[in-house]
Amino acid sequence: MSYLEQNLKTVPTGISKVLYINWPLVVLLTAVASVGFIMLYSNAGGSFTPWAEPQMKRFGVGMVLMLIIAMVPIWFWRTVAGVGYALSLVLLLVVEFFGDVGMGAQRWIDLGFMRLQPSELMKVTLVMFLAWYYDWLDVKKVSHPLWVAIPVIMILLPTALVLKQPDLGTALLLVFGGAIVMFAAGVSWWYFGAVAAAGAGLIAAVFQSRGQSWQLLNNYQYRRIDTFLDPSSDPLDSGYHITQAKIALGSGGWTGRGFMQGTQSQLNFLPEKHTDFIFTTLAEEFGFLGGISLLLLYAGVIGFCLISAMNNKDRFGALVTLGIAATFFLFFAVNMSMVMGLAPVVGVPLPMVSYGGSAMLVLMVAFGIVQSAHVHRPRRKS
Amino acid sequence: MRRSPTDTAESARKISRRALFLGGSQLAFMGALGLRMRYMQVDQAEEFRLLADENRLKIHLLPPARGLIHDRSGTVIAENEQTFRIVIRKEDAGELDIVLAELQRLIGLSQEDQDRVRKELKDAGPSAPVTILDRLTWEAFSAVAANAPALPGVSPEVGLSRNYPLKDDFAHLTGYVGPVSDYDLSRMDRIDPLMRIPKFPIGKSGIENMLEDSLRGSAGTVRVEQNVHGRIIRELERKEGEPGSNVQMTIDHRLQNFVQARLAGESASAVIIDVETGDVLAAGSTPAFDPNLFVRGISVANYNALLENIYRPLPSKSVQGAYPPGSTFKMVTALAALEAGVVTPDETVRCPGYVEVGGRRFHCWKRAGHGNVNLTGSLRHSCDVYYYELAQRAGIENIAAMGRKLGLGDRYDLPLPGLSSGLMPDKQWKRDNRGAEWVVGDSLNASIGQGFVLTTPMQLAVMTARLATGRAVVPRLIKSIDGIEQPIFGNEPLDINENMLRSVRQGMYEVTNNSRGTAYASRISADGMRMSGKTGTSQTRNVVVNNKNVPWEERDHALFVAFAPHDAPKYALSVVIEHGGGGSSAAAPVARDLMLFAQHGTVPPLSSYPQSQQGTIRERLKNLTLREDTLQGGERTSA
Repeated sequence: MSYLEQNLKTVPTGISKVLYINWPLVVLLTAVASVGFIMLYSNAGGSFTPWAEPQMKRFGVGMVLMLIIAMVPIWFWRTVAGVGYALSLVLLLVVEFFGDVGMGAQRWIDLGFMRLQPSELMKVTLVMFLAWYYDWLDVKKVSHPLWVAIPVIMILLPTALVLKQPDLGTALLLVFGGAIVMFAAGVSWWYFGAVAAAGAGLIAAVFQSRGQSWQLLNNYQYRRIDTFLDPSSDPLDSGYHITQAKIALGSGGWTGRGFMQGTQSQLNFLPEKHTDFIFTTLAEEFGFLGGISLLLLYAGVIGFCLISAMNNKDRFGALVTLGIAATFFLFFAVNMSMVMGLAPVVGVPLPMVSYGGSAMLVLMVAFGIVQSAHVHRPRRKS
Repeated sequence: MRRSPTDTAESARKISRRALFLGGSQLAFMGALGLRMRYMQVDQAEEFRLLADENRLKIHLLPPARGLIHDRSGTVIAENEQTFRIVIRKEDAGELDIVLAELQRLIGLSQEDQDRVRKELKDAGPSAPVTILDRLTWEAFSAVAANAPALPGVSPEVGLSRNYPLKDDFAHLTGYVGPVSDYDLSRMDRIDPLMRIPKFPIGKSGIENMLEDSLRGSAGTVRVEQNVHGRIIRELERKEGEPGSNVQMTIDHRLQNFVQARLAGESASAVIIDVETGDVLAAGSTPAFDPNLFVRGISVANYNALLENIYRPLPSKSVQGAYPPGSTFKMVTALAALEAGVVTPDETVRCPGYVEVGGRRFHCWKRAGHGNVNLTGSLRHSCDVYYYELAQRAGIENIAAMGRKLGLGDRYDLPLPGLSSGLMPDKQWKRDNRGAEWVVGDSLNASIGQGFVLTTPMQLAVMTARLATGRAVVPRLIKSIDGIEQPIFGNEPLDINENMLRSVRQGMYEVTNNSRGTAYASRISADGMRMSGKTGTSQTRNVVVNNKNVPWEERDHALFVAFAPHDAPKYALSVVIEHGGGGSSAAAPVARDLMLFAQHGTVPPLSSYPQSQQGTIRERLKNLTLREDTLQGGERTSA
């Protein structure tokens, strides 16, 4: 539905929009990013290079980007949602066939000033596209099998491409992120029950297929699962990561070993300590209090998004806000479960904290859309 | 698309409901994460803290400085030399090709070394040092150090390495050290943790090997904090080790140098001992080798050359070589017969050039015979028939007992590996080892040091020292360890009638000082230094022909034993020249030079030699390759 249809209600215009931005959310995101700067500074042995400084610059760029996006009316974003999805899909196909080879997987396109990972972009555009879809779809048809099949295909298409890269973490995020938008849009519980049952069957099939001609996952993925189930089985190779991560986290205690005093991170026993395992550095140096503080900041981000969504009468705005919040949640939930030994190591960064350009910028863009939905939500004329 | 307001309101409510459910689920999950975090960080914190400490805290061993080896005057024979080497570590190395090219420019690193470094680096851990070049000159070392910024990952290091400054002279005595091998470890009862250090040097032969436990010292420890690559971040606690004990040998390095030089060119050995203390002043064995080659890692070609050399440079002939003593054994037979009372010194035996025993004819070396000879005459002329007669009278058991009394067949307690005990045969030995009864012919052969009898040069020197003193002189090779004087044994008398010993010594005196003695040409003419001795020519085959026309390995061994000065014996020696020909022609002149050097403490003056020989002696001494301080001479510290 268009802005004009909501003629009983009003939205802020002009420069006054700035006042309607969800400022607590901006503060929370800045706080989360600052935790990242501190840990990157510590991980570099007390230096802004090579990680903290570029990360701060990216956050600055991301913040400007977020505010610009927030100023653009939400119906513009709704209009381009389909185009965004299509573009992301094309880029995924491009990296599939022409992408640079890095880290053993084809994942990015070199734009010159940064490396763009289409799979990161897809996390946001998929959510936007699904929100558009359910905004467009008649509410009564939401649970109709045909109208359920269409978004499922829209989710599985990019998921399949991402899996082929292979990037299990992103694939999981796409599936769950998409499913949560569908759930929020009101798709019947029965579908989710059925999918959960099918998922259980699939997991069984994954284990059954191992070593067979129709093996479903790569060997390295099986090894990660093995390692997750029993990290000590492979203490020197893939199990090393998770074992060292757990040691770092556990040795933090209540208050941690002190800023830049974490032996596991400072002496490099921690692998990927500036990217996927950065949470362990925080937990090691600032202990349980540090870890729980970050978790609370994240909870705050999710909370403000949920409140914003629930107060938004605009269907697209509400769904896109919920979807982005869910994706954000999935990021840190999977990452933390991973470093705490609750999930296999799938390569999902800690959102806004882990070092990395694509993820940070894409998340800031996503929160820009959340802000746009917040700013432009329909209000009763006072 | 149009939508009714009720639809919109209903859908918004539905979204809100589901959003609440989602929020609740997310909160629950975050709660679970928080609990898990609490469990790990609070309940299990101790356990994980311990694991973290295990990761970073390591105890490293500090290798102690190996004990030094000195000669009796305190001159260093084995030392720890500072060596300069450059190593490269993978984790710090930049572009390897550029680094190696730079090293080639700076210090001329060879292409072979470059290839080796590339290969070793490929297999090495990130912080494991790979040696680029060892034993650099100071100039090359400082060139590398000065250009450090252009050489990422390359670090100059200073280490200690064993060095034997006197090179070949002490090869057979000190032996050498080498990196500990799996084979070495398999032979040890108790393995010092130091042995776990890769390439830790341990004694492989000689004193280095036999006194390894004293020389090694004990390891120090250092507790360090290190990173995942094993790079040490800081030192937490250091406990220094104990350096190894310093060992002082009884050897006189000048005399040793002279012995080696004098024996050079032959496959030979000589031992000189101080008869008062039993101190071994020199124990030469030629050809020798440079022990430093082994420390630095000997090349296969060099090692094979040593192994294949028919002069056998590797074993120490002075204690490992067992030779038939030949006529140098005749003193034993004489004393056995005298002690048994079956002959008197003045009693004569007629030598017709041979004797027939048991249907076999035993020849004297002089086919024409010596006529009637008494004890001194028999030694002077080295008459074989006289000893054939004595052997028949005294029997092998008396002879063997006297041999043992004089130190033959004994493996002394010397810290040298592979000591040979020689062989002092008797009836029981032959029964046990040859499965045959002793026959009288065996006694006749044994009486002149042939047949089964085998002796080492060390044993012959000890035998001579015991003859000269009448005491049970025991050789001593180690004078002190860490300044603690080692005990001297062998002051008790041999329990041999002094008059009989005197008769034998008189015979030995005449060998070198009577104009008809077999070694008269090798006499010492300086009064107060006169030498008494006995020649020996031991056969390595049955038929004697002219030595000049047979291949080297079939020629007779040349032996000579001697003590001096005759009236107040101070030194005893033995010289064995493998396949050297005759004892009087080959061994005795060497023995005289050695004995004079021992008495003078320096290259002997020509006045000590008979006037007529001084010309040739001068030439001979001039041609010896001696070290500077050997030529200069010096005071010998006495025990």
